[in-house]
Amino acid sequence: MTRMARAARAASVVAAGLVLASCKIPSFGAYHGNTVQGNSTYHLWQGFFIASVFVGGITFLLLGFALVRFRRRGDAIPKQVHGNTKLEVFYTVVPVLIVAVLFVFTVRVENKVDAVSNHPNLRVDVTAFQWGWKFYYPDYKVTTITQGVGAYPTLELPVGETATFRLVSNDVVHGFYLPQFDFSRYALPGVTNYFDFTPQRTASFTGRCSQLCGLYHAEMLFSVHVVTPAQFARWISNHQESQVTK
Amino acid sequence: MTSLLSTEKTGSQVEESHPPGGFYRWITSVDHKVIGKNYMYTALTFMFIAGAMALLIRTQLFNPNGHVVGQQTYNELFTIHGSMMLYLFAGPFAFGGFANYIVPLQIGAPDMAFPRLNNLSYWLFLTGGSTMLLGFFTASGAAAFGWVAYAPLSSNPYSPGPGPDLWIVSIALVGFSGIFTGVNLVTTIFYLRAPGLTMFRMPLFTWSMLVTGILILVAFPVLTAALVMLYADRHFGAHFFSVQGGGVPVMWQNLFWFFGHPEVYILALPFFGIISEVVPVFARKPIFGYRGMVFATLAIAGLSTGVWAHHMFTTGTVLLPFFSALSLLIAVPTGIKVFTWIATIWGGQIRFGVPMLFAMGFIPAFVMGGITGVMLASPPIDFYTHDTYFVVAHFHQVLIATTIFAGFAGIYYWYPKITGRMLSERIGRWNFWITYLGFWVTFMPQYLLGLRGMPRRIAVYSATDGFTFLNRVSTVGAYVMAIGMALFLVNVVRSWRRPVAAEDNPWDGATLEWATSSPPPTHNFHSLPPIRSARPVWDANHPEHSDAAPVIAGGDESAH
Repeated sequence: MTRMARAARAASVVAAGLVLASCKIPSFGAYHGNTVQGNSTYHLWQGFFIASVFVGGITFLLLGFALVRFRRRGDAIPKQVHGNTKLEVFYTVVPVLIVAVLFVFTVRVENKVDAVSNHPNLRVDVTAFQWGWKFYYPDYKVTTITQGVGAYPTLELPVGETATFRLVSNDVVHGFYLPQFDFSRYALPGVTNYFDFTPQRTASFTGRCSQLCGLYHAEMLFSVHVVTPAQFARWISNHQESQVTK
Repeated sequence: MTSLLSTEKTGSQVEESHPPGGFYRWITSVDHKVIGKNYMYTALTFMFIAGAMALLIRTQLFNPNGHVVGQQTYNELFTIHGSMMLYLFAGPFAFGGFANYIVPLQIGAPDMAFPRLNNLSYWLFLTGGSTMLLGFFTASGAAAFGWVAYAPLSSNPYSPGPGPDLWIVSIALVGFSGIFTGVNLVTTIFYLRAPGLTMFRMPLFTWSMLVTGILILVAFPVLTAALVMLYADRHFGAHFFSVQGGGVPVMWQNLFWFFGHPEVYILALPFFGIISEVVPVFARKPIFGYRGMVFATLAIAGLSTGVWAHHMFTTGTVLLPFFSALSLLIAVPTGIKVFTWIATIWGGQIRFGVPMLFAMGFIPAFVMGGITGVMLASPPIDFYTHDTYFVVAHFHQVLIATTIFAGFAGIYYWYPKITGRMLSERIGRWNFWITYLGFWVTFMPQYLLGLRGMPRRIAVYSATDGFTFLNRVSTVGAYVMAIGMALFLVNVVRSWRRPVAAEDNPWDGATLEWATSSPPPTHNFHSLPPIRSARPVWDANHPEHSDAAPVIAGGDESAH
């Protein structure tokens, strides 16, 4: 029993160490996910990547070893082995266990990423169309919209506040894709999608359409600005004024 | 090679050397070998055409704001590149070409069960394929909505003109061709096996083709139905996929991927089968865990009908945990196959002929594509990478590993049987290594491009996006691949100009196709060896290492 307890304690120390060190784990090429939701996707990516290196590494090592070790050495016919039930069961069960673990983490992260707040700080209605975007802030009656090819609209978000998005399409299928948020979602005609972003740091980057939507698909961009709440308030009031004067 | 069977060769070659005349024979032949070869030539031609389109696509992306082709042309190019590679090359190459030629030989049959239907299949395939290409000659251009043709983009009023119609008709014709081949394969394998060739003595390639045939019959009719609905939407005022008329656009995606995901395995299983033939022969051992392989094939087929919505995670309309779980699970039987191939070469005497080089190159390439496939099976990671170059890299690695590396393992392996000539080992090695190098250089940067936010199917990107360097590397890789592939043509032309005669069984193969002459006579076999295991030719050539249970001597020609 004490040995079990000691092992359990050691395991928890290792697990805690891994969590603490997770900031030190490399990104493996991915964005860190500049939202609470996207950041959990990012950590899931890191986990999957490490598991992949482990499984893929073992496979490549076994293959590489076999290719070198069992090169042709003569004309003798090797032992005709037809199989080994124990080994076959082993290399069936172990992958099942690995994907089971991956599945558990997947579901946990998925629930976080897909959670929609009952009391968001902000609401944004996104409408996709050929070939542009309309961002409407219903709480403030502010709209930004694509004005033509090259005149991209702005999606302004306050840092640290949860925004609930409502996403629809006017015509064909589009993909509302924010690379630095580690997230995309289809804008489907006839379907309304809801999701939340809680940005963590101020940033500016380009959002895109990810799903082929016709001729100018490549140019269906938008600017994303994550700003401080004060800057956001200023931006909103500027836009309210300019839209009134129009 | 001390083949007991090679002595039977001379007689057959004299008889068969003057078949009836060229063109007439070509269009009317119901011989599975002629049809199989026609399929291979045609499918490989489509592969080279679609490959040339890929080079144009990569050239366009070499520079930011590329001007090699216009945006409309670019959209047409990747649409027809994908459609051609998947519908006109990968599938027909496998179940029209290899299966047609090899399966009857492997089961000791004189032909397919329905030879005339087989001929019809080929002509539907050729006309369907040509129909797709005709789109380029219409005023409004070829289809430009991607090989998945998502409605309503593929419908009225977003894609007018005859180009999309030609695409729909083309896929429907090729689909019928596939269905007929599926019927033919399943019937042939169930009814025309030689005496003694029980189900569990069938070569694994034949097993793969049986399961593929069944999957075709499950998947292709759904696609055909969806195409009819799309055509009705476009021309007869139906509203299956339009919101305005009360239709459901996302239904297209469900129908398409209910075909599309089994299709992925329709394209993969035959090539797994080729690897399962080549690996044991070149390691000089039997496959490790034959029954495990059969059950893994069946498990893949079963699971493949329940994973389609993993292409639709970002639609917000599907049950994520269910499709995620099944998609993760399908990695298990696929992993079993990889471990089985490694266990098969373990303890063997590996001969690195060109077929084996391609087969061994296939494994890491496929594992790489498979691992990133497991990542994509996790919905949050898919939200991040869906429709980016990460996905492009993933499926190109899987598909090129199977159709090109495993496919070329099959070509180099069976070319002597099919033509009676050997391909050059030296050119074959260059063919492999250059293509293989190009493959990794092309696709590894694309994973990173996807993670850095480059969506797929974009004709232009900006110099400030940070995509330029990786795109350039990828384009260079594509040209290296093209050089490697060109060497295959060099090799074929060389074997045609300066033929080197092939023996009946140059690789010491174990299955029945190696028991007849190279190339086989019209009726395939003059006599068959006794079939008492999954490796009848091995048993005959290596009686001291035979798989078959010993038989009491007396009137049995193999017991000496």
